[in-house]
Amino acid sequence: MELMTWFTELLEGNLIFTPQTLSYYWDGLVTTTQLVFLSLLAGLVLAVPLAIGRSSRHRWISLPIYAYTYVFRGTPLLIQLYIIYYGVVFVDGIQESIFWPLLREAFYPALIAFTLNTAAYTTEIFRGAIKATARGEIEAARAYGMSQSLMMRRIILPSAFRRALPAYGNEVIFMLHASAIASVVTLMDLTGAARFVYARFYAPFEAFLFVAAIYLCLTFAILYFFRFLEKRLLAHLKPA
Amino acid sequence: MYRFLGITLFGAALVAGHAHARDSYDHVRFGVDVPYEPMEYRTADGELTGFDIDLGNALCEQMGITCEWIEQQWDGIIPGLMARNYDAIMSSMTINEERREQVLFSDAYLTVPSAWFAPQDSDIETPNEQTLDGLTLGVQRGTLQDSYATDFYGDVANVRRYATADDMLLDMESGRLDLVFVNYPVGKTTLLDSERGDYRVVGEMIRDPYEYFGDGIAIAFRPRDEALAERFNTALAELQESGVYDQIHDRYFSE
Repeated sequence: MELMTWFTELLEGNLIFTPQTLSYYWDGLVTTTQLVFLSLLAGLVLAVPLAIGRSSRHRWISLPIYAYTYVFRGTPLLIQLYIIYYGVVFVDGIQESIFWPLLREAFYPALIAFTLNTAAYTTEIFRGAIKATARGEIEAARAYGMSQSLMMRRIILPSAFRRALPAYGNEVIFMLHASAIASVVTLMDLTGAARFVYARFYAPFEAFLFVAAIYLCLTFAILYFFRFLEKRLLAHLKPA
Repeated sequence: MYRFLGITLFGAALVAGHAHARDSYDHVRFGVDVPYEPMEYRTADGELTGFDIDLGNALCEQMGITCEWIEQQWDGIIPGLMARNYDAIMSSMTINEERREQVLFSDAYLTVPSAWFAPQDSDIETPNEQTLDGLTLGVQRGTLQDSYATDFYGDVANVRRYATADDMLLDMESGRLDLVFVNYPVGKTTLLDSERGDYRVVGEMIRDPYEYFGDGIAIAFRPRDEALAERFNTALAELQESGVYDQIHDRYFSE
């Protein structure tokens, strides 16, 4: 209970940062984390097969995937979110369908938009890494008589993932920052909480500086996580 | 070094000149959050109109000054006034204590109640903590309706806050909201009288408690612009005397 009294004393006399507004920020942090984590996870799962398909020699596989990544990288995420959130209600019969309880909430349309967006970027990151596989490795794998799929699994993908790591770390940070637009469809994410405090107390600096500090902390956490991963997985690239 | 000094002096001169020009207003810029039908909205051909707009223009004409309307989203409308993006807010702003600490209000020019609106087939009769339990309520962020709904029902219901009133109405139409809480004229025009029209008022008009619903709608100024507020009060009294106010009122609130 020592902590609790310290906390109340700290907040005493502060009109803006009351336990209530802090709980808004906390809920916002939870929502942002959920949204970003889930969309990155789903985006990653989607991106791996898409990246393999995108680097396929058969145009009927690679072209549709290219069209998808082109559209989702070529339009602003905010527009995609608007189309998915406000556009979905104009689909005939959607309100009676089994998906409506999910689409009625703001969370799932936002999750869908974010997932499709990050999957498009991640696909291109992975494709670049797959393409950059050293020819010698592929020829060696062929010489061992590996099939296409075995070569993909054992040779190309493991090294491609390592090569993609720094670029993917950036994508994760971009996704965290891009998630700030979730509040336009009424989601109370971190930015939503800041907007609420801003509108309620007319205090732009306090509301947004505080939330900026939280985003900074999250970014540092992600940065260090990826630095740790790179140290472990890319150790062979370090100068001796 | 000299260049730097020059820029600083130029900037200081600019600021000083600016402050001087602000002392006597012959041109007033109003901040307004559009759309909020019938208070302020755009006609089909894009023209800005509404009760606030017509009254504001009439007031400026009465005072012999020109005025201009600057659109600003509601949740930033008071900070925008402080940042001198405009000189006054005429956007259905209700006088209440919280806002009085920030801005200077003119005399009230209208009083409007707030009301709950729901689809026709909704089974709620009186909004209270039991009936609203677990429902999704829509409000516009930073409005007094937001404060009221958050403080009274924020714990039991899911309050969704929209940046603009029309986003909220779009979600009402699509069935994402069980109820919306807005000022009555806006709800009447945009929901009751809308093309779909299958909405109704739930419960009674809400005018209390005083700390939320205050003293009616007024123009907001920066606290130092007392002289300007006084000139608007005089002009408003003159328009009410001459019947122009009633003309404008009847244009938008004929029952």
